[in-house]
Amino acid sequence: MTAAELLRADLRFIADLIPDGSRVLDLGCGDGALLAHLRETRGCTVRGVDISTAGVTGCVTRGIPVIQADLDGGLRDLPDDSFDVIVLSQTLQEVHNVRHLIAEAARVAQRSIVSYPNFGYAPARLRLGLRGRMPVSESLPHQWYDTPNVHFTTIRDFRLLVAEAGLTLEREFAFRVSHEVVRQVRLAPNLRAELAVSVVSRSLDPRPPGSPRTT
Amino acid sequence: MSAATTSGPQALTLDGTVQLAGGGSLVGVEVAYETFGTLDAAAGNAVLVCHALSGDAHVASGPGPDGVERPGWWDGMVGPGCAIDTGRYFVICANVLGGCSGTTGPAALDPATGSPWGLRFPLVTVEDMVDVQARLLDALGVTRMLAVVGGSMGGMQALAWAARYPERTDAIIAAATTARLGAQAIAFNEVGRAAILADPAFEGGDYAADSQPADGLAIARMVGHITYLSQEGMREKFGRRLRHRDEHAFEFVTEFEVESYLAYQGRRFVERFDANTYLYMTKAMDYFDWQPPYDVRLPRCLVLSFTSDWLFTTHQAREIVRTLLERGADVSFAEIDSPYGHDAFLLETECQGALIGGFLDRAYAERAVCDTGGPR
Repeated sequence: MTAAELLRADLRFIADLIPDGSRVLDLGCGDGALLAHLRETRGCTVRGVDISTAGVTGCVTRGIPVIQADLDGGLRDLPDDSFDVIVLSQTLQEVHNVRHLIAEAARVAQRSIVSYPNFGYAPARLRLGLRGRMPVSESLPHQWYDTPNVHFTTIRDFRLLVAEAGLTLEREFAFRVSHEVVRQVRLAPNLRAELAVSVVSRSLDPRPPGSPRTT
Repeated sequence: MSAATTSGPQALTLDGTVQLAGGGSLVGVEVAYETFGTLDAAAGNAVLVCHALSGDAHVASGPGPDGVERPGWWDGMVGPGCAIDTGRYFVICANVLGGCSGTTGPAALDPATGSPWGLRFPLVTVEDMVDVQARLLDALGVTRMLAVVGGSMGGMQALAWAARYPERTDAIIAAATTARLGAQAIAFNEVGRAAILADPAFEGGDYAADSQPADGLAIARMVGHITYLSQEGMREKFGRRLRHRDEHAFEFVTEFEVESYLAYQGRRFVERFDANTYLYMTKAMDYFDWQPPYDVRLPRCLVLSFTSDWLFTTHQAREIVRTLLERGADVSFAEIDSPYGHDAFLLETECQGALIGGFLDRAYAERAVCDTGGPR
């Protein structure tokens, strides 16, 4: 399975987690493929943000409203609760201030769907632990010096971040990509999965201390 | 493009009175315009292109006043097969109110006195320019447009269209523009105006057509050109290179290439532009302060900025986007990487063309769907 097909599989899975008619903001939306799918088949109201002109041009050509921006600048132009769902598909590991972006996402939408590569994946551990080399795999195809990923996490570490940010991990799915087949992993995902999709939501009221919501 | 689909220079006199935002009114306003392409039966393919400070109605290649083909100021963006495809869209471009390329402005004759208006011409705003365009479109039978497109002062007009006539256009595209000038941009405009006003040939604005304050206007244009280029672009284009010599002259002559470029631009500008119009256009830009209403459905918007444009910056473009988002508009924004400074909107046809072409294409497709679905 190529990287593009892997991405599509991951986006298809994310799409199935989004209720019909939702207001969806995709951060790091690329050419807007997911948003176009959601708008056309689910009646969603969509908006994208992407850092690349190529991605933005793709969105504009599909008729997807899009803002070119660096997510490290935050979401300050977006009002509280202006969306139902925020998608961060393989985006989080590429921003500098992950904690801030997660908190901002929780301010702007009740629910965020986050997908990220899992560095706890056994072959990655073996490559680092036994061979002393940085992990490279189908879902992490870059060398350490040319990767767009600036933060590496494991499924367990991501859970800790969610808790620390005062948010709730509603659902978690893990996947393995082997011999071009994407399989869901239910047992020992932090060891056996390459990719995770987490649904993170703002805790229900009364909000616990440390809730990122400011209103 | 076949001759049949290019109108060549046209003129139309508006019926009645044009009321101006700053008070006062004008009677018998003449509008110079050109059209390219054919208005379709449903009249759903009209695109109004708005020109910048020194532009005119000749947006794309076509016959000039003498019937001889001459290039347009936005060739590469507007024409057959271009982003603004004249084979598909009906493109209209008109010289703005207060201009000097055929539309009524300070160089026109004041009907009350029979002599040129000069500084007795009322100050016009970007909104007044747009009102005159709307009257022109009424006369042409274009009630609703696919899009209004413009860069720089043309982008201000596109924004003004969205605020004043949101029901008359499906979309607007505003490139290299701002909702309001900052102090720095006003300051540069003021230097240009001061150069014109200080020229002894200015004569209080009552100079003869063939003896305008050429030195002042040329200096104004030189200052303008500095603001249209980026530091990086200037370094690449001119550096410290000397023109036609290897050593410094130790005289006050034009010796650096950048000096020669500015002198040339100034000279050429004087041949085709009117000093009073320069005063009016820069003032209209200075006064522009865009506050679209909250209570209307705004057209779909595409806002574009260029990385090296320091006259109307990406920061200012984002301010436009924020204003539109606050009003619930469907807005897209892209910042195009370019070394050409403010001039980039005239030169970056590839990347800008892909964005504008894709955006228009989509607006046109959705418009067509609406039309077949019944009356709107």
